[in-house]
Amino acid sequence: MPLLENGGLVADPWVAVAPDAPIPDAPAIIGHDRALAEAEALAGRNTPLGVTLPNDVPPETLLPILDRLSLVVLDLPKFRDGRAFTQARTLRERHGFRGEIRAAGHVIPDQYAALLRCGVTTVAVPEGTDPTVWDAARRVVSIAYQPRLDPTAPLAGLRRRLELA
Amino acid sequence: MNAVTPVGAPRHPEHARLYRYDAIDRAFLQERIAEFRGQVQRRIDGALTEDEFKPLRLMNGLYLQLHAYMLRVAIPYGLLSSTQMRQLGMIARRWDRGFGHFTTRQNIQFNWTKLEDVCAMLEALADVDMHAIQTSGNCIRNVTTDEYAGAACDEVVDPRIYAEILRQWSTLHPEFTWLPRKFKIAVTGSPQDRVAAQVHDIGVLAKRDAGGAVGFEVWVGGGLGRTPLLGTKIRDWVPEADFLRFMEAVLRVYNALGQRENIYRARIKILVRDMGAEFAGAVEREFAAIPRDPYALDPAIVAAIAAHFAAPPFAALADEPATYVRARRENAEFAAWTRNALRPHRAPGYASVTISLKPIGGIPGDASADQMEALADLAERYSFGEIRVTHSQNLVLAHVRQEDLFTLWQALGPLGLATPNIGLVSDIIACPGMDYCALATARSIPVAQRISERFARLDRQLEIGELNLNISGCINACGHHHVGHIGILGVDKRGEEVYQITLGGNQGNDASIGELIGPAFSYDAVVDAVETLLRTYVDRRDPGERFVDTYRRLGAVPFREALYAPA
Ligand code: SF4
Repeated sequence: MPLLENGGLVADPWVAVAPDAPIPDAPAIIGHDRALAEAEALAGRNTPLGVTLPNDVPPETLLPILDRLSLVVLDLPKFRDGRAFTQARTLRERHGFRGEIRAAGHVIPDQYAALLRCGVTTVAVPEGTDPTVWDAARRVVSIAYQPRLDPTAPLAGLRRRLELA
Repeated sequence: MNAVTPVGAPRHPEHARLYRYDAIDRAFLQERIAEFRGQVQRRIDGALTEDEFKPLRLMNGLYLQLHAYMLRVAIPYGLLSSTQMRQLGMIARRWDRGFGHFTTRQNIQFNWTKLEDVCAMLEALADVDMHAIQTSGNCIRNVTTDEYAGAACDEVVDPRIYAEILRQWSTLHPEFTWLPRKFKIAVTGSPQDRVAAQVHDIGVLAKRDAGGAVGFEVWVGGGLGRTPLLGTKIRDWVPEADFLRFMEAVLRVYNALGQRENIYRARIKILVRDMGAEFAGAVEREFAAIPRDPYALDPAIVAAIAAHFAAPPFAALADEPATYVRARRENAEFAAWTRNALRPHRAPGYASVTISLKPIGGIPGDASADQMEALADLAERYSFGEIRVTHSQNLVLAHVRQEDLFTLWQALGPLGLATPNIGLVSDIIACPGMDYCALATARSIPVAQRISERFARLDRQLEIGELNLNISGCINACGHHHVGHIGILGVDKRGEEVYQITLGGNQGNDASIGELIGPAFSYDAVVDAVETLLRTYVDRRDPGERFVDTYRRLGAVPFREALYAPA
């Protein structure tokens, strides 16, 4: 599946690992339950590890392994289901997660800007996706009325300019 | 980054108190229109499915109704300048059939919108700093407040300041745009609740501590619809600095835990009911975990926004000027109108005037383009160029000199805007129902019209006294029938429209949900049923009792007996 980052398509080095398959010595995405169950074994691993977080599981459950993770994949089963937005922001803002947060499932370009603002960095998009549509969608509204995620950045007030990479 | 391009500055009357857009706010609106224009184009190109397009157009106020699209325009906390009102009149004339419909959310709807006109309508709105953002969809909707803000004698805190802060904060909020269901917030700054705080997803009561500092009492989980519930107080005092942080906490808990499978269980009220006391606990934990500083409401921001709502330059006047007293004495009709249309004003010599959009036999909340334009003129002449929309679908000129009341009344009469029925039986709240709404199970407008005609005579209405009669055309309860002293709900019974009656509902500090009195009435019989109820009340009431008071004292039995007695 193509991967979108900063408004353009990028190579996806990650492999999704089936629940019962061995974890390869490459950047691997495993399920949330398995990651927690095998936390000890995974602790010694030197290659990047990613986890998928179901949208009804609070990000807190990842805390025991969060500093081992390079990627959290959030699931949008339907684009109207906005739980991933809260999960992303919680991971970034409260738990200080600095790795990649990926939105996967049914996402539409009109959600891209908001996902970025909640801390998502990449989106798994369908084959044949035109990245220019996504890039335009994240740029069309350049003003935000809410505080920014980065708590160290100064606030201009309720209103501010968005900054894009 | 694209630079902010200043757009032509629309001129609001100098003394009108509304949040005044600057170049940044205007640039934002232009960007938002561009975004919507792109979405429409992608729908036409097939890049967006109808399923994907629908929530996007809803978030821009565009509904598909029975006969046409409807555009719902946001009137932030019901506050309009005369310039804006005039433009709404222009829009009604140019792109609708010459009418607009004011709603219980203090908004206005254009019921005959063509899809191809929508972007032009949005441009025309933006010309006067208006839009249709978040007037629908599963997001934070237009915040409502007290229509007498800045004028009411009992006001402790000006709720417009915090309603505006909430408006900005909720506008395209990145996290809360795809909520389980719609989300409605009301703010009041008076101890007497005029915003129905307890039937909102969040009801905010702004108050002051002994030192004069502002804080907020927060009620959550009220709502009408299929499962009517009153809100629960989850905090007695949220300091001003923590206002947005607390709002974020409530919304976050809801976004994470609210039901998404069943549309009828998706409002926050169900979550609050099901979690019980644990809901407040979850909010408090979330609140404690949200970093304080980035979300702290800066006093400088509050002061900057408060400046937009500073008192207009009231003249030093005295109450009850001789001309006004004489006009009342000499003109009984005028005197009758003043009894219900006026509210005391905090500035001596002024009054707040409620203008009825409920002419006898008319459509509740409808105003013609001519009326809107004339009202804009009157607002400029008599009320600092400001107009408010009430949640009972009337309009308010908040700051009128008492010495001007007679001339104002004379001007309102020929416009059909001097019906002296504010708060009386013919001041009915009714949703659009089967005449427009695709979800309706019955008509509501014609029922309102027939009841209003039945009680057309003013002496009968005055004899009955204060009464809230609310009508909804389906279980979604947009007509707020649950909180009407008399509530009427139209339902479909095997292809026939029938009307259930609930009694004893009320909004305000002693809010209550009405109780179903018995089997439903036919379209033909429902007006007689209302008459029977009111006769019973007049016969049985103690002096000074409103209908709802008598109902609370006596219970349902006498009313039920009167309604269902064998003929
Ligand atoms: S109550 Fe029902 S019929 Fe009336 S406007 Fe709402 S959805 Fe439509």
